[in-house]
Amino acid sequence: MIKAIEITKNFGKNTVLKNISTTINKGEVVTVIGPSGSGKSTFLRCLNLLEEPTSGEIYIEDRKITDKKVDKLEIRKNIGMVFQHFHLFPHMTVLDNVAYAPQKVKNKTKAEAEKIAKDLLAKVGLTDKEDAYPNRLSGGQKQRVAIARALAMEPEIMLFDEPTSALDPEMVKEVLDVMKDLANTGMTMVIVTHEMNFAKEVADRVLFLDDGVLLEEGDPKEFFEQPKTDRARDFLDKVL
Amino acid sequence: MNLDFSQIVPYIPFMLEGIWATLEFVIISIILGLVLGTLLALCKITKVPFLKGLADAYTSIFRGTPLILQLMIIYFAVPQLTGYDIPAFLSAILAFGLNSAAYVSEIIRAGIMAVDKGQTEAAEALGVPYRPMMLNIILPQAIKNILPALMNEFITLTKESAIVSTIGYLDLMRRAQIVGADIYRNFEPLLLAGAIYWVMVFILTRIGQVVERRMRQSD
Repeated sequence: MIKAIEITKNFGKNTVLKNISTTINKGEVVTVIGPSGSGKSTFLRCLNLLEEPTSGEIYIEDRKITDKKVDKLEIRKNIGMVFQHFHLFPHMTVLDNVAYAPQKVKNKTKAEAEKIAKDLLAKVGLTDKEDAYPNRLSGGQKQRVAIARALAMEPEIMLFDEPTSALDPEMVKEVLDVMKDLANTGMTMVIVTHEMNFAKEVADRVLFLDDGVLLEEGDPKEFFEQPKTDRARDFLDKVL
Repeated sequence: MNLDFSQIVPYIPFMLEGIWATLEFVIISIILGLVLGTLLALCKITKVPFLKGLADAYTSIFRGTPLILQLMIIYFAVPQLTGYDIPAFLSAILAFGLNSAAYVSEIIRAGIMAVDKGQTEAAEALGVPYRPMMLNIILPQAIKNILPALMNEFITLTKESAIVSTIGYLDLMRRAQIVGADIYRNFEPLLLAGAIYWVMVFILTRIGQVVERRMRQSD
């Protein structure tokens, strides 16, 4: 479903990603881990073209999205994204946050969009917050709204960029639970995270990035128990 | 001190009409400045060098020369160049609107830049096109932040409007001068005009406060 071929990304003289190739299958849950500055987020952001790879190719289904002529907005309709710092629209109510994009991007009527939004907010357990503004919500609630907002576009792929890193510890679980439910529905998910237990438990595959290089890739159980590289072993010793 | 307001009593209706004369072109100028200023601000933040250069040059010219000079150039030069005898009213709107756009564009540009970059990314990630993203997401947040600065600009424009008296437009200021010449007493009509300007700005400030409170609803 997603095929990355030798992606390289430079920021000026800095090479952040070095020849990364991988394939992510439909319905697969992939977590991307690694030390900070290893290029995890940049890799994720390349997948919906928030960053354009300097070289290399990315295919989604059979479409080459790194083609210059491709309509980025068209591609992104199909890929939801959840950010570390939520990025909810602060001047809109929770319901409007979720119902906005279906109206503007998919030309749904207000009633249709609000129905979708209400269903999703019910799923993430926030029905009672529909009329609240984001500033009134806790971090965990904000992130759940952000997930609902991305899902409202009915994407086939969901990208998560450190979704729990900005949360107080006691709110991490409520967000991870929503993500687990989502994984169980067969959603294709790529998750940059520092939650090793979540990666162990939920992921079908783990990618380990270090200094822009995809060092290891494989089954979570194997990776966490017997990492192949010294660098991964060293990293796991520090975080586990 | 021998203040005598009794003599200007018959002239009061004449002076009050000046309020509308002033307000009429000030309101149109503000709207023109706001619309043009927003467009210029959008030009300034694009990656298209031509549009950016154009908007920067525009701002440089209109901020770099006196407003009264711009007003006179429009009023006197247009007939000379085109043969069209431009009315004082239209000259005033053009000079104030075009001039205000230069200032407003800088205020709005700063406002847009101050909106968290994550907002643009969130909208882009959802596939929202540029226009609705700007209109529904970025500009409402930008305007909320720059409202005090915008109000300041509107207040300045309202007061500076008095210089249209120099091209013979019958605004509040000009009427005060006419009354002064008529009764050989300048102090009283000027004092009255001053009071009226103050009341107008006071009301404008209050409107601004109400709008600001409304926009802070989501805080």
